[in-house]
Amino acid sequence: MLLVAEQLLNGLQFGLLLFLLAAGLTLVFGIMDLVNLAHGSLYMMGAYFAASLVAWSGSYVIGVALALGATFLLGVVLEFVALRHLYGRDHLDHVLATFGLILFFNDAVRLIWGPEGLSLPLPAWLSAPIQIVPGFFYPSYRLAIIVVALAVALMLYWVVMRTRIGMLIRAGASNREMIGALGINIKLLYTLVFGLGAALAGLAGLMQAPILTVQIGMGENILILAFVIIVIGGIGSIRGAFLAAIFVGMIDTLGRAFLPELLRKMLSSAAASTAAPAISSMLIYLVMAIVLVVRPEGLFPASKR
Amino acid sequence: MSFAFNARNAAAALLVAGLLLLPLYSSLSGNVFVLTLFTRIVIFALAAVSLNLIMGYGGMMSFGHAAYLGIGGYAVGILAFEGIGSGFIQWPVALLASALYALVIGALSLRTRGVYFIMITLAFAQMAYYVASSLARYGGDDGLTIYKRSNFAGLINLSSRVPFYYLCLACLFGGIYLIWRIVNSRFGLVVQGLRSNEARMQAIGFPATRYRLVCFVIAGTMCGLAGALLANNTDFVSPAAMYWTRSGDLMVMVILGGMGTLFGPVIGAIAYLVLEDVLSRCTEYWALIMGPLLLLIVLFGRGGIMGLLGRRGDG
Amino acid sequence: MAEPLLGVENLVRRFGGITATDNLSLEVAKGELHAIIGPNGAGKTTLISQLTGQLSPDSGTIRFAGRDVTRLPAWRRSALGLARSFQITSLLPDFTAADNVALAAQAHDGHSFYFWGNARKEKHLREAAHAALGRVGLGHRADTVVSKLSHGEQRELELAVALATGPQLLLLDEPMAGLGVAESARMVQLLQELRREFTIVLVEHDMEAVFALADRISVLVYGRVIACGAPDAIRANDEVKRAYLGEQHAVVGHGR
Repeated sequence: MLLVAEQLLNGLQFGLLLFLLAAGLTLVFGIMDLVNLAHGSLYMMGAYFAASLVAWSGSYVIGVALALGATFLLGVVLEFVALRHLYGRDHLDHVLATFGLILFFNDAVRLIWGPEGLSLPLPAWLSAPIQIVPGFFYPSYRLAIIVVALAVALMLYWVVMRTRIGMLIRAGASNREMIGALGINIKLLYTLVFGLGAALAGLAGLMQAPILTVQIGMGENILILAFVIIVIGGIGSIRGAFLAAIFVGMIDTLGRAFLPELLRKMLSSAAASTAAPAISSMLIYLVMAIVLVVRPEGLFPASKR
Repeated sequence: MSFAFNARNAAAALLVAGLLLLPLYSSLSGNVFVLTLFTRIVIFALAAVSLNLIMGYGGMMSFGHAAYLGIGGYAVGILAFEGIGSGFIQWPVALLASALYALVIGALSLRTRGVYFIMITLAFAQMAYYVASSLARYGGDDGLTIYKRSNFAGLINLSSRVPFYYLCLACLFGGIYLIWRIVNSRFGLVVQGLRSNEARMQAIGFPATRYRLVCFVIAGTMCGLAGALLANNTDFVSPAAMYWTRSGDLMVMVILGGMGTLFGPVIGAIAYLVLEDVLSRCTEYWALIMGPLLLLIVLFGRGGIMGLLGRRGDG
Repeated sequence: MAEPLLGVENLVRRFGGITATDNLSLEVAKGELHAIIGPNGAGKTTLISQLTGQLSPDSGTIRFAGRDVTRLPAWRRSALGLARSFQITSLLPDFTAADNVALAAQAHDGHSFYFWGNARKEKHLREAAHAALGRVGLGHRADTVVSKLSHGEQRELELAVALATGPQLLLLDEPMAGLGVAESARMVQLLQELRREFTIVLVEHDMEAVFALADRISVLVYGRVIACGAPDAIRANDEVKRAYLGEQHAVVGHGR
């Protein structure tokens, strides 16, 4: 029972992390109509920035805050130098150009930080397990991720739904010309939105960093999961991305945790130990396939604009 | 069909002649490496040519084409590992497995369009990658070494460099010829019509998905052949063959050379892999140059190399 | 009375809170030219899209040539002989005029899973294409790429494509849209010829053309048919006058 509770929390934590990544992706896609494969690179850069800046500043909090700012700036620069020239172009052009950016970022990281990868140690106050209910301990760092990601999700919801900027963002998504006609600096808005997406990706990366190692290519696998989330959730919908991200995080985590045992009960143990890793790594894609068959437009499509 | 003399056809003719004469150059100059490099290039060109069928002619932007390289390769590798060395069994299995995978993935992915299609084909290829990584019996992440190349009952010795090169080249030219026929056939016109205007094609009476799916399967099967060749060439197959950056490489080759042209993907494969080779000799960090180069090509070089060679021809 | 070629019963289609097609019923007899008119936003294109299968109705039935086609996809309806032209020209822009029409002929010449022979050298397809092009007066433009044709020529090509599918019924969605005076006159003349052979449903804003051509007219307002009858009866109908009053400019102003 405790194990199930722990895995459920782990699933929630992973799902929220995925949401941070998918939210940036879907914002940029929904508003600028830009497919950004290099979103995963921003995730990676967030982790690398955090690892070096925490080491440099000697403080976890300062390092992480600086890293967030750095990813935001990197996003802004990237948009200004390269990506803004791709707005209005074919999606295929986006894919190619941002594929080139991934190659660039991977080698740039290798050049600057070397091929080995870094680790981001946790401060003492985040590494002790915390007692949630009597007898049930949970790593305080994972709990912190859940709290931070939930807070960010709420803030994002509030910004998009309740503020003037959010109104502009939503209007920009549905009517580019109108926004331009209102005399709003749409170029600046786009740059800021891209920076925001980058910061979200960076946040996800730097929060994941202490759990896994910081390494080249870390953003790529998780980016594909973010795609799966967008497909399941429906493109351009923050709410859909949120629900789908939790869903995917849960399925992936619970599948990896409990599927092997479940299979062992149904199959011979030899067959189970062969099949289990394959099936648990396929699980999320199988779910996606089922969603596609049942509802090709996604489970939670953006409400009709 | 008129073979008007224009830059494109001239380039295609030069290309064919060059590829045919390459072993001669290699043996005269004693440069063995160039033959090794070009065997690899020819195999990737076949994969790119097959991707071009769905991408350039069919308008289906698949980001998961490398999956077939892996499936074709694993078919050869696994059968060899289990003691079935005959190419007459290995290769048909490779093609069949690729076709089956394409059928299932295509039937699912073609329910969507545009960006969704790009993401979904990518995700499914990644699934294939993970499945291969979890095949503990066949090397898992580390891949599978193939100790004996496919055996064709003494008809051809794949371990011999020059015959193997010509076999690869024959497969490439065969693939291009097949695509040339398809593109001008009834089927090919339908597929190209669907790329141009799907609503119109439905309105005049064509069931879109059926034709697209068949096209998808043909391309997948052809790429499965490239996979079988690749496994024989490297004597090795691993999940890395279907990693998503491989799919990206194939897309780049097609676009670099020129989408929807017969020889464009071949030129793209040569340009991309030679560039990779040259850059990686100059610096360990070749992608630092290659990446921004791709960005520049997208921004300024529309229509690929074939596009630079002028408008329309038969090339 | 014989069953109508096209019969629509109680068709409903909603978009969010808007009912674009509101319990609409309509009959088109074989051989007639049935015009559908109505002010902007009356739901004409929504209706056409449901008839051809691009859109699915929420309820109601559509019968064509004696069978229920309500749930059939567009390509199947086309196979049964229901051909459409699009309001906004919708052709294959990177194909030649002849290719566009030949593909339409090919669609109705069995399946197209032939991978080897050169389709552009199939004589009967090319002949069918040239015949259809000839009918609409585009014979001399056969080998021109569509994107190089003038707007008027593209409208004519739309018609040729529809003809080449061997239709029983032509659904023409504003064939005169954007045509100049001379081009419009040519189109009217062309339709005069075609009506002898085909049943035609004509959706059109050009009132002059509609009253000159139609056997019967259905007037659509807010997704319903408010009147249906011969041109003279429609002209005299009070409800129609009222519906069009606010739209006076649109009616008169057309045909620039």
